[in-house]
Amino acid sequence: MSNGSAKLHSPKAGKTVKGLSDKAIAWLFVGPTVFLLLAINIFPLLWTVYLSFTNYKANRPNREIKYIGFRNYERILNDADIWLNMQATAHFLIWTIVLQVLIGFTLAWLINKKFRGNDLWTTIIVLPMMLSPAVVGNFWTFFYQPQIGLFNYVVSFFTGVDPSSFEMLGSVSLAPWAIVIVDTWMWTPFVMLICLAGLRSIPDYIYEAAEIDRASKWRQFWTITVPMVLPFLMLAVLFRGIENFKMFDLVVQLTGGGPGSTTELASINLKREAFEKWRTGYSSAFAIILFVTVFGLASIYVKALNKVKNR
Amino acid sequence: MKIKQLASALLCVGAGMGSAPAMAEDLTLCWAAWDPANALVELSKDFEAQSGHKMSFEFVPWPNFADRMLNELNSGGQLCDLLIGDSQWIGGGAESNHYVKLNDFFDSADISMDDFAPATVYAYSTWPKGTPNYYALPAMGDANGWFYRKDWFENEELQAEFKSEYDRDLAEPKTQKELLEIAKFFQGREIDGKKVYGTAIFTERGSEGITMGATGALYAWGFKYENTPGEYDMEGAVNSAAAVEALEFYKELYKCCTPPGYTDSYMGESLDAFKSGQVAMAMNWFAFFPGLYADPNTGGDKIDFFVNPPQNNPGSTLGGQGISVVSYSEKQDAALEYIKWFADPAVQAKWWSVGGYSAHNSVLNDPGFVSSQPFAGDFLEAMANVQDFWQEPAYAELLLAMQKRLHDYVVADKGTAQEALDLLIEDWTEVFEDEGKL
Repeated sequence: MSNGSAKLHSPKAGKTVKGLSDKAIAWLFVGPTVFLLLAINIFPLLWTVYLSFTNYKANRPNREIKYIGFRNYERILNDADIWLNMQATAHFLIWTIVLQVLIGFTLAWLINKKFRGNDLWTTIIVLPMMLSPAVVGNFWTFFYQPQIGLFNYVVSFFTGVDPSSFEMLGSVSLAPWAIVIVDTWMWTPFVMLICLAGLRSIPDYIYEAAEIDRASKWRQFWTITVPMVLPFLMLAVLFRGIENFKMFDLVVQLTGGGPGSTTELASINLKREAFEKWRTGYSSAFAIILFVTVFGLASIYVKALNKVKNR
Repeated sequence: MKIKQLASALLCVGAGMGSAPAMAEDLTLCWAAWDPANALVELSKDFEAQSGHKMSFEFVPWPNFADRMLNELNSGGQLCDLLIGDSQWIGGGAESNHYVKLNDFFDSADISMDDFAPATVYAYSTWPKGTPNYYALPAMGDANGWFYRKDWFENEELQAEFKSEYDRDLAEPKTQKELLEIAKFFQGREIDGKKVYGTAIFTERGSEGITMGATGALYAWGFKYENTPGEYDMEGAVNSAAAVEALEFYKELYKCCTPPGYTDSYMGESLDAFKSGQVAMAMNWFAFFPGLYADPNTGGDKIDFFVNPPQNNPGSTLGGQGISVVSYSEKQDAALEYIKWFADPAVQAKWWSVGGYSAHNSVLNDPGFVSSQPFAGDFLEAMANVQDFWQEPAYAELLLAMQKRLHDYVVADKGTAQEALDLLIEDWTEVFEDEGKL
């Protein structure tokens, strides 16, 4: 009895269960997660890197797979059409973020004011982001229809131009803006919610102290509100930036990348290369280039975000 | 007594099984979701009754058809036992062993490819092209044709106005340039209190639309993919002066005479434009013509049909498909039974009568065929001069390159026709180099 009791209370007893050490138990719990991570994240990534150096085509299993070095990377980086895709992506990315930040912050600032129906308006404003991108893409296609589209008639009402005289989705000059408008409509509420969280985290006493110091509303806004919401805003920009860099569904529904290749964002071209042309090796190289770009930019951005937070 | 009854019951069951088909299977046939597919469902009821097999169908809308089915084949999927795949897939289907080679089966089932229209056998069944290696049975002959508002064309006021303007009768165009003139004549005109437009043509970017539309003009101008068949020598053929002129023509037709917003339009949009009374003429596949003729609002005596007009020579864009047995199917025997049944001349005759387009000579050469439908004669004429896109295993890369170059030029106003075709040669050269064919 005494022997058994001594065993039970010995310092070692806490570290072993039926012969398993703490480390083994830790691995037992973490193991499945690590395995899954390796299987569905790391292995495909490494496999993609390998494929990017080959001429592999997934639809041609009988074709000889050849190692072709950096040829896929050279082709991509020297392809003028790819750079046009990147320009279209940059246009979409920059303008959606600018508009969503400006409108989202303004909406958050207005919603943060105490007024009647505040909750109702918040609910109405966040509705678009709850919809499926496929649905949004489809009904905006109808809005933009030159003959029956509501958008064209609204523009016509305010400007007097013939509604069927312009094509938002079919015009080279308007289509890039058409997709920016829809994404802004859909995702501004997301930015607004994050900004609202930031605004509501600012303690009232800071504004009270500023009032006592006779700081104007304008000065309070620039010296209290903006700096304190900035980390939240930067987080929203990070989320939207990553999302829009790989934007696919909404734009495919709206324009399919057209007219011509005007709104063919990088991800749309990547999908075409990978699953329509079946150039698996080439598209793997393209995916790696996009991954490195997003990862690099996001890393730089996160460092800047941390600096702002630590200020 | 009970044991005796049980034994005799078992014997009856055994005997019954012996006389039934080897085993009743549930076969799945995959095709695009369109009018002829519905006709095939009706037709296949006869097969179910005869064979005891049950037919299921997987129909996918055209814009997603290639994506969905090629993914299915590439993953070795067993969804489809029978596939009515596009003609351009035959090279890939054969080379990647997606399709069962049918030569031995045709021999054993007494099915002769000589019984089918040569153009359809060449396009839908053979790989390498033109060789007697068959991977499909011609199932649905098709080509891109035209239809128009006969009632508008017969309007006396419009006829008089057209005659004074163009010094000829307002009638089915005999050339591509006449078609353009008619389209211009109708563009923006008010008919029955409604603004109408010249024509609906294919401009779709994502899958194959603009290529299928523009090749209608290109073939009529004498477009060739190669100078020497099989040599992949495209310079001077793909970007010939005639090809440039044809592409400029297609752009002019698009710019001058289509309804607003038809920047990404294909089969559905063409049908919508016509059925809603927006356009005087429209292009589409013959497969839709039975449905158009039967339409209560714009069909009947309000519609008529014409073959793609020639310019330098006759030429129509080939559509249509062959029916193949998928090599991953575990019910290949039953699937082959279906093909044997489908190849029967009586079934082919019924196929035509219910809205399908038979490619069987017994149907096409029947003396009553031309008068059997108002578009039957045009169909025969079109099929005599069809031309198809590349049918190479790398056809998807070739097709998407052409989609891009044509849409960039025609719809997005990027560069000239010459530049678009020059760039297309560059794209295609790269593909053929990768394939080891150049």
